[in-house]
Amino acid sequence: MTFLGMPTAPAGVGQLRGDRDFPSAAKDAVQDEQLRRNLGNATATIRAKRARTVQEVPDWEELRQAGAAIKDEVLAHLDTYLQQLEAQVVAAGGTVHWARDANEANAVVTRLVQATGSTEVVKVKSMATQEIGLNEALADAGIAAYETDLAELIVQLDHDKPSHILVPAIHKNRTEIRDVFRREMKGVPADLTDDPAELAEAARNFLRQKFLTARVAVSGINFAVAETGTLCVVESEGNGRMCLTLPETLISVMGIEKVLPTWQDLEVFLQLLPRSSTGERMNPYTSFWTGVTPGDGPQDFHLVLFDNGRTATLADPQGRAALRCIRCSACLNVCPVYERTGGHAYGSVYPGPIGAVLSPQLTGVKENPSLPFASTLCGACLDVCPVAIDIPSMLVHLREQVVQQDPHRLEAAAMTAVAYAMSSQRRWTWALRALRIGRPFARLKRLPGKAGGWTASRDLPTPPQQSFRDWWAER
Amino acid sequence: MSAREDILDRIRHAKADRSVEVPRGYRRADAATASLGLFVDRVEDYCAVVHRASLAEVPALLGRLADGRLVVPEGVPAEWLGGLTFDSDAPLSTEQLDRVDTVLTTCALAIAETGTIVLDAGPGQGRRALTLIPDHHVVVVRASQVVATVPQAVARLDPRRPQTWISGPSATSDIELQRVEGVHGPRRLDVVLVTEPNLP
Amino acid sequence: MRVALFVTCLVDGMFPEVGQATVTLLERLGITVEVPLSQTCCGQMHVNTGYAELAKPLVRSYAKSFQGYDYVVTPSGSCAGAVRHQHPALVPGQQVPPTYELSEFLIDVLGVEDVGASYPHRVTYHPTCHSLRLLRVGDRPLRLLRNVRGIDLVDLPDAHSCCGFGGTFAVKNPDVSAAMLADKVRHVRSTGAEVCSAGDASCLMQIGGGLSRTGTGVRTVHLAEILASTA
Repeated sequence: MTFLGMPTAPAGVGQLRGDRDFPSAAKDAVQDEQLRRNLGNATATIRAKRARTVQEVPDWEELRQAGAAIKDEVLAHLDTYLQQLEAQVVAAGGTVHWARDANEANAVVTRLVQATGSTEVVKVKSMATQEIGLNEALADAGIAAYETDLAELIVQLDHDKPSHILVPAIHKNRTEIRDVFRREMKGVPADLTDDPAELAEAARNFLRQKFLTARVAVSGINFAVAETGTLCVVESEGNGRMCLTLPETLISVMGIEKVLPTWQDLEVFLQLLPRSSTGERMNPYTSFWTGVTPGDGPQDFHLVLFDNGRTATLADPQGRAALRCIRCSACLNVCPVYERTGGHAYGSVYPGPIGAVLSPQLTGVKENPSLPFASTLCGACLDVCPVAIDIPSMLVHLREQVVQQDPHRLEAAAMTAVAYAMSSQRRWTWALRALRIGRPFARLKRLPGKAGGWTASRDLPTPPQQSFRDWWAER
Repeated sequence: MSAREDILDRIRHAKADRSVEVPRGYRRADAATASLGLFVDRVEDYCAVVHRASLAEVPALLGRLADGRLVVPEGVPAEWLGGLTFDSDAPLSTEQLDRVDTVLTTCALAIAETGTIVLDAGPGQGRRALTLIPDHHVVVVRASQVVATVPQAVARLDPRRPQTWISGPSATSDIELQRVEGVHGPRRLDVVLVTEPNLP
Repeated sequence: MRVALFVTCLVDGMFPEVGQATVTLLERLGITVEVPLSQTCCGQMHVNTGYAELAKPLVRSYAKSFQGYDYVVTPSGSCAGAVRHQHPALVPGQQVPPTYELSEFLIDVLGVEDVGASYPHRVTYHPTCHSLRLLRVGDRPLRLLRNVRGIDLVDLPDAHSCCGFGGTFAVKNPDVSAAMLADKVRHVRSTGAEVCSAGDASCLMQIGGGLSRTGTGVRTVHLAEILASTA
């Protein structure tokens, strides 16, 4: 429970919390040389691509401000827009379901799949279903979920976890992926090489029959238009189109913040998202559908709206802008921390800077107290965010909540002592003189306790004979 | 209380209600980018192939491009299809479609700045599966259908029709962020740009 | 024009030579610098660690110390950023003179790009995150450095990437901080520079700690010290 007693995402289901705190998970990650090389290469490539395509848009800043404001408008009147969306989807022949949290959403989807009699579903890559742990819930009910996005497929075949919002297998290089395919993919040639084109071809062959025969598909949603009930999925490979078009039943799952007021609003987001995300002017395929179209696509359509901590986030005026996020992952690609640790260290499906502000709000900061500190506040994330989420300020705000809800006595005592010294000229003058005592210790290579973290890889500066203020006073 | 009522109630209790002004100072049209040349450049950038043709040249060109088993939806002008042998969408089953090599369609409009072609199931475009399963898509774009910007496209389209926005052949960048063309959707995209005269 | 120096707590206690250089430089340019000794700290460390309440008295005392001056100048992009971006939200409505980071003050207020310095060394410059992204100082520091006599200024690869200091981040996440530092040190070494400079003593403390530990022989020197030099 956080703001105004709003319920947060329940524990024990889905993927918003790690088993370990960020510093200890990150410690292992930064020691993995292969991982750091893979991440360094991949993030550098995508950073450069994004920079190029964003630079050619003369009105990028205007689009960004419009995108932020449209999302703020949605958050200001979320109840109205959700009801409008529901009415329009229903009028167009779809069915709308509501779920308070991950457990309820999983139960709804499971029931819907069971009603079709199918024991398998094909899936379009979706952060929402990762967040709620839908695949695991379906498996518990005897339903097999097949991920069809190439990177999700790699992760699923390897029994691994996604580490990036857009490129879930960013932590793996081509050779590692080839090895996964050789080991886990049925019917793959034994001499499969690590050429990306050949690996993509293997995935195509592996999934082709699944697409052509699947009766039920599950998708996420990029945008949902309240005005018309139109839903939108943005993708590259065509696996999304396969899932959204061929099966008889389509179940789309979305967090309640994904709604947009009007069709016109897409003119902003369809410019912001592709360039921020893959660095392309436009992604290969974007699909739009409104309820059911006779003779074209699934004739049985369900939309599942879930909360799972979003209303708790909405209740915090300084935190709610995190709900503007359109999951582009630009902030991950520029983050110097993410670049060194990768996504797994964050313990949540939402890694990187946006994850550090979103995950703790969805779960309540008490259950993710180390994430708001997983940043140097360098500000690179804010610069690239297409909806101008001030992530650094939000991190600082959440740190304050952590300190209040999960206090660390020693740290609080140290902070209070320093603030006390700094609050008087006389005390401060003496405190700085006392630093001289540290001069003989400066040559030590290992300090005990918390300071040991510093001296493990850096030398300490030697305190001066005289502080600046003493020099000035003598001058 | 139902989940629906509960969620709506939580939203109202979150007290996020306020008035927001959306600044729409971004470009709608742009004379500088309203050129067919830009459209061609941007489409080719995705490794699709663009063929410029006059209306009179279209039938012969389509004859050359449409290889293998061909399917053509209702509404493609008959005069383009002169010497071609093709199936209509009767409708074809998914299995039948999987044996088709090439699909030939028109489009709803195209966007120059992003090199995008939009299908909206209008005449000559067929249902969505038709342009998805065959490995080769040949699409005819009339010059008058090319708009400069995304806002111009959105303003012209009817959201209640199913739409597919296509920007090049299917592709993935999931392996080391290296772009590979051709995954699950059509691996080849041929764009026939009819430059003159414009059809009614 | 009444100009006060906000020396910052870190420079005051650990790197007084940076404050002294700032005074030398400004006086050479004809400015009478005053240093109100009631100043202590901008409170950024407290705020960024989650102790905003403890920072509020420091924010009030900042305003009191610098009341009545036309300008405050400080040799720190980070502290100037805190004063301009955090103080108004923490204690709204205070009257505070405009606070400038050193390169901003020289170029925007004094209109000087050539400060008459001489520094015959090979130097690479690290543009600190808060200077770049909070203050948007852009290439001001580099414009100042390019006018220094005898300097051999070399580009730092991946310059815009954070050095990994981040205040208490370096203590709470020492391993990630060290990984970021290792890359920064590698880039600094690749330039063949004798000196790595920056506009923030905190980032220089991090980079300098890494350079010294790895035995590179590369020194860290604050921007103010180079601009003050007439050697």
